Amino acid sequence: MIATLAATKRRMELEAPDRFRPVVDHDLCRKCKKCVTECSFRALEFVDGAVKPIGGCVACGRCINVCPAHCIEVRQIQSMFPPHANFNEHVRRGIMSQATTGGVLLTSCGTDIPYPVMFDEMLLDAAQVTNPAIDPLRETVETATFVGGRKGFLEVKESGRLYMEKEPGPMVAMDMPIMIGHISLGSVSYNAQKALFAAAKELNILAGSGEGGLHKDFNIYSQNVVSEVASGRFGVTGDYLKRTAAVEIKIGQGAKPGHGGHLPGEKVSALISQTRMIPLGTDALSPYPHHDIYSIEDLQQLISVVKEATEYKVPIGVKIAAVHNVGAIASGIVRAGADFITIDGFRGGTGSTPRIIRDHVGLPIEVAISVVDQRLTKEGLRNRVTVFAGGSIRSSADMIKAIALGADAVMVCTAALVAMGCRVCQQCHRGVCSWGIATQREELVARLDPEVGAARVVRLLRSWNEELKEILGAMGIDSVESLVGNRDRLRYFGPNSKIAEIMGVKHVGEGWG
Amino acid sequence: MTAFDVWGERKRAEAFDPATAIERKDGCVVIHADRRDHEGRLVHYKVLNQLIRQIMAEGERHIILEGVMGHRYIASTANRKDVYIEIRGTPGNNLGAFLDGPTIEVFGNAQDMTGNTMNSGKIVVHGNAWDVTGLAARGGTLLIKGNTGYRVGIHMKEFGGTRPAMVIGGTSKDYLGEYMAGGTIIVLDLDCQDDRSPVGMHLGAGIHGGKIFIRGKVEAHQLGPGAVMDQVDGEDAPELEALIAEFEQAFGSSVPRYWEEWVKVSPASSRPFSGHYDPTSV
Repeated sequence: MIATLAATKRRMELEAPDRFRPVVDHDLCRKCKKCVTECSFRALEFVDGAVKPIGGCVACGRCINVCPAHCIEVRQIQSMFPPHANFNEHVRRGIMSQATTGGVLLTSCGTDIPYPVMFDEMLLDAAQVTNPAIDPLRETVETATFVGGRKGFLEVKESGRLYMEKEPGPMVAMDMPIMIGHISLGSVSYNAQKALFAAAKELNILAGSGEGGLHKDFNIYSQNVVSEVASGRFGVTGDYLKRTAAVEIKIGQGAKPGHGGHLPGEKVSALISQTRMIPLGTDALSPYPHHDIYSIEDLQQLISVVKEATEYKVPIGVKIAAVHNVGAIASGIVRAGADFITIDGFRGGTGSTPRIIRDHVGLPIEVAISVVDQRLTKEGLRNRVTVFAGGSIRSSADMIKAIALGADAVMVCTAALVAMGCRVCQQCHRGVCSWGIATQREELVARLDPEVGAARVVRLLRSWNEELKEILGAMGIDSVESLVGNRDRLRYFGPNSKIAEIMGVKHVGEGWG
Repeated sequence: MTAFDVWGERKRAEAFDPATAIERKDGCVVIHADRRDHEGRLVHYKVLNQLIRQIMAEGERHIILEGVMGHRYIASTANRKDVYIEIRGTPGNNLGAFLDGPTIEVFGNAQDMTGNTMNSGKIVVHGNAWDVTGLAARGGTLLIKGNTGYRVGIHMKEFGGTRPAMVIGGTSKDYLGEYMAGGTIIVLDLDCQDDRSPVGMHLGAGIHGGKIFIRGKVEAHQLGPGAVMDQVDGEDAPELEALIAEFEQAFGSSVPRYWEEWVKVSPASSRPFSGHYDPTSV
């Protein structure tokens, strides 16, 4: 009843005004209409012999980049709202939109609220006098990372033979401590996923499949893919589990802890339907919890059944969103038999999430990594797992600080998409991504050349790895493994020393003694 | 030669000689799951499942598991259509997980999560199968002679030519067919003694594909959001008839077919939450 009322009595003047407007310099414009055809948000029109904005611009920047005359700019429309620090524009726009549609506000990417970023409040150490720095261009600085549990202890017997109390579990080697995160086919296009997988193969690192199954064309990359078992079990078959390098059971995602997935029917194209093994055009709903997991003991069973399914040949991990009790949960996950844990901080990205959850639920990854590392170390469990950390790793600096805080490797998603053209306009859930990334429309998907995309991701991550080597060398460390959990090489340089205390990081100015 | 002398788990597993548990007769292989090692420990599920995999790889088609005592994950990902596994005793949780082809027949009760994410094949249980039976199944058939527990048939889904089906001879509890996205669930309630409903609350909550047929009474308040209740009509009869005949053949029982005693629960829409969200992205 309320919905009908809202629909019939819609009043334009009560709706939120546009935030951006494309501005065309008509003196320079060649009237090629390229911007009009390329704008998938339909914010431009060619009328009366000129390109004109017609509303709906999201500042994706496509028109700017395709304009041969370089005559378009996108302006942020300012001073539309009377200034008010408390009822700020963000808040008022939310109210206006919800009063119009009555829905739960959807959004994409990671949170855009300016919460403090602890990565930016920490400084790294370097070697001076008392320990020598290493020149990574002339000496070996090892960045290879092994994914899997380091179970048991190696012992040298009197006979000179090596003994292990337990059989070592399966391990996967990566050339750098980076994994391309789980971005499903469905949330992104075929070309985008292909580019990410091809980059992972080229770099000899892992890339996540996301929960959308693995397309048959991508079998050639399966040795670089971590297949995901999420609550919807889309595309999960025995074969899918067996042919990939590792399997990850997804419990939660940083951008939407405690929330399931919801791929709207419009995005369930023939290709998605085939890969996810669901009917065409229906909503692909991932239940909020796994209905076979209501406890750590249940999780242990799902881990065990996947280990049985893969005949103990690949590492099995569990991904959780960083939440308040993350240390205890991680401890339970290790005890349940996981070979790796992925912790996803609250600033992590997504192809679709309720804004209320993205912006207000979870824990920053910096704190989560350190809390988990400290807890697992204290309980004597840290060696049993590889810890991945994700949730807005924007640069090699974030990566290096995450590792120093206690992660073995990081998970990179948004940065890899930005490398392929993404402008973080936060419209993924609308399925009309003008860069051919977060869309299933064929004409838009074709805009992304997988080879070009892969090459750009490869260059980005290689350069990060080089920067990692530079920092390791400067610290006098010759292997990234020696940086893991080395919080003594970090100093906190922010306003809240309580956070530093929780992270186990000393304040700037404090020495080693 | 490996540089490692590995003991611990593997040593324990090898302390038990699998050969003593295997018996070959009349074209089938019998595995005695109730054998114990020299320390009196029951065969571990890892050893049993490894044996089953090995025997299937040898090309055996008829495998009998005797004295199964709660061994978990039996026949997970087994993928040969011509394999028939007969289980005597009580298999543990996650029987036939990711099953893709074989037929498993349990002469006893099954526990939780039977047929988890199965792709194809058939699981027949001559007894009860409890919570979360048939979770996320996307093909194959589950025939349960007795009762089932909570959250049965959650997120069953269909794709292309494959449709999962589950026939329950007895009753089921809350959340039957929650999030269901395809396939068919039938609840027969053959031992019905009174006029209580054979299913619990939140029936078909969030259902957006598939159908649930129930022989007996269902009140409107038992339905979950997104589910609608209807009479069984002539269109449904052939599908029901085929599955019921399969059930009758498996258990030698007879099912009354007075369709007026039945109800059908189906989705109100294939897009249950389409109006729930505001995609404006402010």
